[in-house]
Amino acid sequence: MIEKDVVIIGGGPAGLTAALYSSRGLLSTVLIEKAIIGGQIALSEWIENYPGFPNGISTAELTNNMKKQVESFNTQIMMDEVTDMETLDRGFLVKTWGEEIKTKGIIFTPGASPRKLGIPGEDIFTGRGVSYCATCDGPFFKDMPVLVVGGGDTALEEAIYLTKHANKVYIMHRRDKLRANKIIQERARKQDKIEFIFNALPQEIVGDQKVSKMIYKDKITEEIKELEINGIFIFVGITPNTDFIKNSKLEIAIDERGYISVDKNLKTNIEGIYAAGDVIKKSLYQVSTAVGDGASAAFNLQKYIEESYDE
Amino acid sequence: MSEIILTDENFQEEIGNHKGVAIIDFWAVWCVPCRMVSPIIEQISEEYAGQIKVGKLNVDENRNIAAQFGIMSIPTIMIFQDGQMVDQIIGAVPKSVIIAKVKNYL
Ligand SMILES: Cc1cc2nc3c(=O)[nH]c(=O)nc-3n(C[C@H](O)[C@H](O)[C@H](O)COP(=O)(O)OP(=O)(O)OC[C@H]3O[C@@H](n4cnc5c(N)ncnc54)[C@H](O)[C@@H]3O)c2cc1C
Repeated sequence: MIEKDVVIIGGGPAGLTAALYSSRGLLSTVLIEKAIIGGQIALSEWIENYPGFPNGISTAELTNNMKKQVESFNTQIMMDEVTDMETLDRGFLVKTWGEEIKTKGIIFTPGASPRKLGIPGEDIFTGRGVSYCATCDGPFFKDMPVLVVGGGDTALEEAIYLTKHANKVYIMHRRDKLRANKIIQERARKQDKIEFIFNALPQEIVGDQKVSKMIYKDKITEEIKELEINGIFIFVGITPNTDFIKNSKLEIAIDERGYISVDKNLKTNIEGIYAAGDVIKKSLYQVSTAVGDGASAAFNLQKYIEESYDE
Repeated sequence: MSEIILTDENFQEEIGNHKGVAIIDFWAVWCVPCRMVSPIIEQISEEYAGQIKVGKLNVDENRNIAAQFGIMSIPTIMIFQDGQMVDQIIGAVPKSVIIAKVKNYL
């Protein structure tokens, strides 16, 4: 068992920023990450809309720098998964597979995971042609046709990235209009390898050992059609990673879509527990907003700790 | 470092003919999440030296083996028992999850 002032759960941009503020505020801080320091942004290759980098920056470099910065203020980074939390007489207990941590405050920054289409074939073919990460798996589809499902910024940006590897990139969207930002739309339309399929509803992913086809329904004609491709990249939004919180002993208020409910200070329904980043309900899910919430949550938690442990 | 660098050439000898449990980390230079998994694999190779044989295979340089096991997503960690693939983990996961899976075969 170890003791800390602050436990931060999740090492994406929100958690890294919360750790920076908390440890720089001289609170003893541990950041727990179960998979990748950098979180979801590490799944993309390049980021263009984070301020301070006029030519954009590689996400590996950005997240590595964030990590170095928090370590320089003595945040302890623990690579482990949080499995349970509970309330103590004073403070909280956070459990991972390998450790128990007693703490005065918690900041939840577990982010989100890609939303699934929820159609037959999706799960069986994950890792066999179905992917949620273009930079991880794109190079396996060198000179092959692939399909991107989705119509937002991420879908289009990742489709543009995939043109580096694939010989054809279809983008399938369920509406006739894209949600993505105009600049990105224009860039995608200029790519010879990209072809849009609008008003299309994915029905089933089929293949033998590997993916070979997407079966979809044309919303206008109601016709069932097939598209032959080797890879399917799905970018249809996110779902917050809150199952481990719902299943824990803490009674954190979570809304019907799985997001943690917070007030304007990023505080949850429990004193001493805050949340930031993609796990809260908000209008824009980006690195810049995750970083902003992370800072505010850490600042507000520090005020709470100083007021309630001041004896 | 006690991991073995696996190639198309030595795979059969090192893994196919190995009696006991082996884990293999399929990776590539361009794969960011792989960089998180690699140090974990290295730790496992040290902590379980003599119990688990640990190998790394670069999928760009060893396409035959990567294709033979149908690797289309990395990081992938495959668990082998007596030369047969018995389990796999796709994507970056914490060390505890890898250990828990491998322990089923020890
Ligand atoms: C492909 C892609 C491209 C994107 N492109 C852009 C872009 O160009 N610009 C932009 O601003 N944004 C972009 N985004 C969005 C951006 O990545 C997210 O908004 C941002 O990463 C959210 O940060 P976060 O810290 O809240 O959560 P996340 O980045 O999701 O990080 C949360 C972390 O918590 C960890 N975690 C979860 N549960 C536990 C647990 N129980 N124990 C321990 N750790 C846990 C997760 O493993 C994860 O690493 C993109 C996202 C994707 C997927």
